[in-house]
Amino acid sequence: MVDLNDLSTGSYVPDWCPGCGDYIILNALKRAIVKLNLNPKDVVVVSGIGCSSKLPQWINTFGYHGVHGRGLPVGTGVKLANKKLNVVVIGGDGDVYGEGMNHFIHALRKNINITLLVHDNQIYALTKGQASPTTIRGDRTKTTPLGTFDDPINPMALAVAQRASYIARSFAGDLDHLANTIADAIAFKGFAFVNIFQPCVTWNKHNTYDWFKERIYDLQKARYKPNNIERAFKKSLEGYEKIPVGVFFREKRELFEDSHPILKKTSLVKQKIDDVSINALMDELC
Amino acid sequence: MALEINRLSWLIGGEAGYGIMTAGEKFSKAMIFGGLNVHTHVEYPSLIRGGHNSFGVRVEEEEVKCPILLYNLVVALNKDTIDRHKNFMTAGGGIIYDADNIKLEESELRSDIKLYHVPLMQIVKDTPGAINIMRNTVALGASIAVLDYNFDYLAEAIRGVHSKKKKRNEIMELNVTVAKRGYDYIKKNYNNDFEIKMQKKQRKKKMLITGNQAIALGAIKAGCKFLAAYPMTPASSIMNYFVAHEEKAKVVMKQADDEITAINMALGASYAGVRSMTSTSGGGLALMTETTSLLGMTEVPLVIVDVQRPGPATGLPTRQGQGDLKFVLNIGHGEFPRILIAPGDAEECFYETFNAFNLADKYQLPVFIVSDKHLAVSYKSIPKFDTKHLKIDRGWLLSDEEVKNWHDYKRFMVTDSGISPRAIPGQHLIFRSSSDEHNEYGNICEKGDNKIAQEDKRFRKLDTAMSDIPLPKIYGPEKADITIMSWGSTKGAILEAMEYLKNDGINANFLHIVYVYPLHTHFVKEFLKNAKMVVDVEENKTAQLAGVIREFTGFKIYHKVLKYNGRTLYPSEIYDGLKRVYYG
Repeated sequence: MVDLNDLSTGSYVPDWCPGCGDYIILNALKRAIVKLNLNPKDVVVVSGIGCSSKLPQWINTFGYHGVHGRGLPVGTGVKLANKKLNVVVIGGDGDVYGEGMNHFIHALRKNINITLLVHDNQIYALTKGQASPTTIRGDRTKTTPLGTFDDPINPMALAVAQRASYIARSFAGDLDHLANTIADAIAFKGFAFVNIFQPCVTWNKHNTYDWFKERIYDLQKARYKPNNIERAFKKSLEGYEKIPVGVFFREKRELFEDSHPILKKTSLVKQKIDDVSINALMDELC
Repeated sequence: MALEINRLSWLIGGEAGYGIMTAGEKFSKAMIFGGLNVHTHVEYPSLIRGGHNSFGVRVEEEEVKCPILLYNLVVALNKDTIDRHKNFMTAGGGIIYDADNIKLEESELRSDIKLYHVPLMQIVKDTPGAINIMRNTVALGASIAVLDYNFDYLAEAIRGVHSKKKKRNEIMELNVTVAKRGYDYIKKNYNNDFEIKMQKKQRKKKMLITGNQAIALGAIKAGCKFLAAYPMTPASSIMNYFVAHEEKAKVVMKQADDEITAINMALGASYAGVRSMTSTSGGGLALMTETTSLLGMTEVPLVIVDVQRPGPATGLPTRQGQGDLKFVLNIGHGEFPRILIAPGDAEECFYETFNAFNLADKYQLPVFIVSDKHLAVSYKSIPKFDTKHLKIDRGWLLSDEEVKNWHDYKRFMVTDSGISPRAIPGQHLIFRSSSDEHNEYGNICEKGDNKIAQEDKRFRKLDTAMSDIPLPKIYGPEKADITIMSWGSTKGAILEAMEYLKNDGINANFLHIVYVYPLHTHFVKEFLKNAKMVVDVEENKTAQLAGVIREFTGFKIYHKVLKYNGRTLYPSEIYDGLKRVYYG
């Protein structure tokens, strides 16, 4: 059995600000791995750049911390190479909805069995306080001293519009809900997307823990069933007065890995390559 | 003009959509089946319908290294083809055309040009079931007759084009029928007066293969199981080949949403232990730039193919050029080791791609194969590749056995060779990779001495790799009047130009740099220093290789033959250029 200690990186500890929501997400991810009893050697946490993307550094699984916005394609490549691995892609709102938006939209339609966790703190934190794609209109940041003129990205609505197979939202202020949601997302067979509200205690004075706690309600407790795309779309459009968390939509569909003639039969990494014969291929050209 | 046997430069031209490419391939096969050799030359504009497409086939008894500027026999499916090529025909050359559809005044042509009218469209119309596009096949039959070649080889080439499906077979037979009618028309109406005849030689099994196909085959032989790519001319046929052979070769081609996705997917698969590749052209590679640097930093092996076309920007998308050398040599921010290989022909495309995968694994770095449009789309007839001596070497990739008893695993261990032990996800040696500077364990580390230790370690891999980097190739005599230096696909044309010079009593030798980086600096410098006269030959504006050689060796090359109009460099142009230089 795996326990939390197995996932610890010992004296190599996070350098996030005290009170940062990222600590709670890291903790929740570890709990989810323990809950699912995944062998750490079979877990790969892939990330881009930003505060959140440092997470793979501080969990004792395989970790690949790449360049800004590119976690999803790297994670996709890992999964296509070795289907047995559990791939969790980590990114922030800047990483996934800014630099990597293209990868996000396309990941939603690919249905490759990986999990995407977005630490959404509605601000660029590591670069010290610029507006992000999810900064609420009117919020003042370093780069929007008069208040943001742009409307924020609505990642939930985008995911629903693309009919992603698993769409959920959670909150770093509720460890239990978050750990359970992450576990559910990883266990789900299909592309699973979880947007996580993660208060940035240093740069975002608007969307604080208290701000979220006053607004959040749990969809599943409200007897919402995540099996209807139109209802999910309606939910995804709810504004900031009452903020739903939980699973918006889930629908099992055939995986890319199971549709592909080669991938459905074998894991690429298991194939022997010592003596590949190309004789038939050469004869074809003769 | 005296009678010439088995020495031909043939061309078929017409609008895109006329079946020019398939006709060219069938003609080439027909020549190969009769024991002859070919090298083709394709020109086409960046569009789907209309424009001018041409497919040239040069035929010889021995290996054909390159196309030539002039044609002996031109099949013109439209008037444009005649207008464009009439000034590039040898004395006594012939044109096959359909006078019912192409109005041609005698005064438009040189008096030595022979015209062969064949009612291509009428023959199609008179053949039940035939459709307009088959006039290209009628013209092939006519070509075979003009050349007095054996029709059976063409029939075999037409039938040989795959598919056991019955319906396809009927279409094949219909094609053979119209080709035979074209053949018969010439035999009946002309008296075998063309001065070039093609005769069968001893038949040997040969492939008709392009550089892109050779790269794909080299990768498959090397155990590359994953190709992620985004379509871009002239690289796309690599991904097309992969996907067409997924089941036969047990490989996966994933079409990515853009080039950034492509290289990052390939990186992910390679990090997970699967030999992987991405292929693109210059503009796509520009998008991949940041990730090449990531590969260097996280020491993930990857083979990246750049099939060059002329830039800048969109440039000439379907044309020829060698403008990316310095770009690839310097690609990526920061400093990291890489290997740059520039194959010169289809054979080198295959063998060097195979080797690229070994080098990538052994030295855990990106390896670039820099090819170009000329290699990518030109077919060449060559014997099957000799694969007996090809051995897979995955370097210090730890086996499942090795990882069992390993303690205190350091993925980025500082070693004398610079190479560190590599585990993969799923094995018991968990480690972290970071695009941030990291210590031996892969943990982020900003200490100055660590930065130096890791950077030095990464670069030591290049010193170690030198023993695996083949020396530049030298063709021709040791002592020569002219020493030619070049890289990539100019190889064939240069070798042929050397023959022309020899006939003039000028000795030339040729330094062909396939492994441009890391460079055997001392070898190159000594060779050039001892040369009487060095001439740099390239298909770009700024003589990039000459610049690179100056940077690495201090040796300045004064004489250059450069072509950058987007068209392949012909041996006659090199010959003219070299003579201009030689006679000052």
